[in-house]
Amino acid sequence: MKIVVQLEAFNPGEQLDNFRDQLKSSGALVSFSGMVRDIPGGLAKIKIEHYPGMTEKAINKICSEACLRWELEDIMVIHRFGNLKKGELIMMIATAANHRTNAFEAAEFLMDYLKSRAPFWKKEIGFEKANWVSSKDVDEKALDRWKTP
Amino acid sequence: MRVQVLYFSWVREKVGLPKETIDTEAKTVADLILELCLKDERYKLAFSSLDVIRVALDQELADLSSSMEAVKEVAFFPPMTGG
Repeated sequence: MKIVVQLEAFNPGEQLDNFRDQLKSSGALVSFSGMVRDIPGGLAKIKIEHYPGMTEKAINKICSEACLRWELEDIMVIHRFGNLKKGELIMMIATAANHRTNAFEAAEFLMDYLKSRAPFWKKEIGFEKANWVSSKDVDEKALDRWKTP
Repeated sequence: MRVQVLYFSWVREKVGLPKETIDTEAKTVADLILELCLKDERYKLAFSSLDVIRVALDQELADLSSSMEAVKEVAFFPPMTGG
């Protein structure tokens, strides 16, 4: 399991190659990248704040839960903090499994939980105004899908 | 009891500082919030709607009703927006 929280930009192709190179038995590899989107009026930059110490722990917990639910060979999560410009990658995840269903579902699970259970906060600094991105009801609702009755 | 209190995102901006050490007798997180609000207007502003306040105790997500017993680090922040 590879979990990295970093200030620096990363090369997604290189990261995915390295992740794939160390796999031993998987037949499916799913990856997702999140990037900085534009806002009406134009985005100067986005500032991502996090809770050093808790961030890694929270991501670790989410990844461990995914490993319990699906048969996965490995997981990778890279998430940046600091100042990012439009189009830059904020984060990427990868899941490797024997079969694609496990890899796809685990990737969706990871994204749903990283969105609202990992301590990151985004501030969009536009040319006109600056706003903390607020969480959406739909993000919280997304978690219901994974709750066992 | 001495605890380290951390603030993130707009909670930090409203409170006006990223962290502080405070002495408290609060039994629950809600008690602590009340204590802070009595201390200064800035906290009242930051904690004016509790439905958008999240809390972590010793770096684990908790609830406003959670016990403060043996807790060393408390963090207050809005709902998270990762990914």
